[in-house]
Amino acid sequence: MAIFLSYKSKVVVQGMTGAEGRKHTQRMIMSGTRVVGGVTPGKGGQFIRFEEDPVPVFDSVHEAVAETGADVSVVFVPAPYAKAAVMEAIDAKVPLVVCITEGIPVRDTAEFFSAARKSGATRIIGPNCPGLISPGRSNAGIIPANIAGRGRIGLVSKSGTLTYQMMYELAEFGFSTAVGVGGDPIIGTTHIDCLREFEADPETQAIMMIGEIGGDAEERAAEFIASNVTKPVVGYVAGFTAPEGRTMGHAGAIVSGSSGTAEAKKNALEAVGVRVGKTPSGAAALMADIMRSMPRD
Amino acid sequence: MKGSDVDLYEFQARDVFEHHGVPVLRARTATGPYAAGAIAEELDVGVVVVKAQVKTGGRGKAGGVKLARSPQEAVDRAREILGMDIKGHTVRRVMVAEGADIDQEYYFSLLVDRGERCYLALCSREGGVEIEQLAEERPEALYRKKIDPLVGLDEVAAREIVQAAGFDAADHDQLVDVLVLLGKVFHDEDATLVEVNPLVRTGSGRIIALDGKVTLDDNADFRHPEHEAYHEDTEGDPLEARAREKNLNYVKLDGSVGIIGNGAGLVMSTLDVVAYSGADLPGHPRPANFLDIGGGASAQVMADGLDIILSDEQVRSVFVNVFGGITACSEVARGIVQALKMLGDRATKPIVVRLDGNAVEQGRLILADANHPLVTVVDTMDDAARVAASLASASAAELAAAR
Repeated sequence: MAIFLSYKSKVVVQGMTGAEGRKHTQRMIMSGTRVVGGVTPGKGGQFIRFEEDPVPVFDSVHEAVAETGADVSVVFVPAPYAKAAVMEAIDAKVPLVVCITEGIPVRDTAEFFSAARKSGATRIIGPNCPGLISPGRSNAGIIPANIAGRGRIGLVSKSGTLTYQMMYELAEFGFSTAVGVGGDPIIGTTHIDCLREFEADPETQAIMMIGEIGGDAEERAAEFIASNVTKPVVGYVAGFTAPEGRTMGHAGAIVSGSSGTAEAKKNALEAVGVRVGKTPSGAAALMADIMRSMPRD
Repeated sequence: MKGSDVDLYEFQARDVFEHHGVPVLRARTATGPYAAGAIAEELDVGVVVVKAQVKTGGRGKAGGVKLARSPQEAVDRAREILGMDIKGHTVRRVMVAEGADIDQEYYFSLLVDRGERCYLALCSREGGVEIEQLAEERPEALYRKKIDPLVGLDEVAAREIVQAAGFDAADHDQLVDVLVLLGKVFHDEDATLVEVNPLVRTGSGRIIALDGKVTLDDNADFRHPEHEAYHEDTEGDPLEARAREKNLNYVKLDGSVGIIGNGAGLVMSTLDVVAYSGADLPGHPRPANFLDIGGGASAQVMADGLDIILSDEQVRSVFVNVFGGITACSEVARGIVQALKMLGDRATKPIVVRLDGNAVEQGRLILADANHPLVTVVDTMDDAARVAASLASASAAELAAAR
């Protein structure tokens, strides 16, 4: 088991023929992902040759799904066209859409998220995220597959590089699934969604949750943990030194007035029994202690 | 590249409102007192209001909003207001607007609700006050309505809002029209916030947006080339302006340890770790900036970043913290070497480098080969932060001793 993504997942890549899409499709295939097709309007019928088999390109997601039975779409389409691409995947009822693209206007994300919510058939991860990996089985996005292998830690993070850093620090234990939910103001899958799935996933023994300033996702997650999560959770929050009113790289990473501070998030998490590390390495050490005390099988 | 969302000045918000048909008062801006007088004369009304144009609240209390009953008075008031300091913002421009005969003050805003992942409209019959205060003290006086982003603030939603907020029935139609237009501003301009405080009812029963705040989403700049002018008009730091030209994601802070990293989360985390390390040291060195070179950064980007940080006079040491996911550490190392070559004698500050991940061995090898006296490679992030903070602390102490 793992969450959202298994060895059975059949992935199409929207924007596979672009430079980024091609590079990362190659990496996904190298790490064992079943990439069954690409979608680029106007380029249907072509084949792109990666390691082994050529991968067919389709004109639409509908066509790709009909031909291949794909159940995951990874979106690398540039920001101005990303909304249309995600809408198409929602329309084709793809169960999981992972939107890697950064710089999407929040209005566009708000609209496609609303469409997904109404359809009830599609989960969106991202946008502006590194995607997710169930090591050794499938990799939908850009998380490097060589940092850590399969194991029993579930990881959810707003940040790509902190995900990599944490996977690196905890490589000896491995991961069931690592999910980068993204740093935008509106995201399709939240910390809570991942916590719920990790709690239900028998493979996952403990959960690492990485947050950052902005919004109240971590506070909401803390509330959720209090009544719904029995597995040990370790937290890390970035942005204690961020000044108020300045966007720190991620569109969503901003302290507005007294809301969205790292301090408030850390306090909310600690209040419900989550052990919060002061630095990424500190958080990793807390998790390592927990994993060492877990029964091994 | 994510810069920063732009808060518009009041006069810019007024212009945007007017462009979309939202009723506003006639007004123009001036940067000198005589120009302000000329606007008052041209407006040709009994009373004008001279308002400081600064991006901060509390202008009224600070004396930045004044009435004038003649063009000469407008000149005098503008002279008083221009150059005034309001919460650290120097007033360089005033807006001269026709005076309004205010009967009632209301509040309206439309914003992105991150938690609920939709839009949220807020409306109250009690405007002109601090809305956070109202929300806290009398939440029942503030009507909230979720707005579906796919539908927007349409007439149905607007009518529900004005009814639920308890406005007089006679004003409903007019208020509905204004709210729908404000919804259009929000949508068409790609705003993340449109706030009108106060929205007023005049003695003659007109509804007017008297003061507005608009925040624009800079991710949407690609469909609003006209928004670029708003970025240029911001009172920015010169180093930030230079970084923006180079397309670098840089925020100036006031510490002495320059920071470069890849990925917003890791850089935020790096700032924190440096601040923790610095807290125990003499002078308490803190991070000097936020700089994210992003994923897959080239040597050139690294060099551009280092160049900007080394030209920050407050910087005493630099910490380069990279975890190579997509970024190759070898590129980062080449960038450091290239930047130091480029800067030559101008590079005088120690650089602490921590590399891990993709191509880390090549990266460390490149730095070892270059063997530059300013560069120290440290294995872990926490240790590297300590070294960088200590170097900044020691350098500041030396400087103080020399003085």
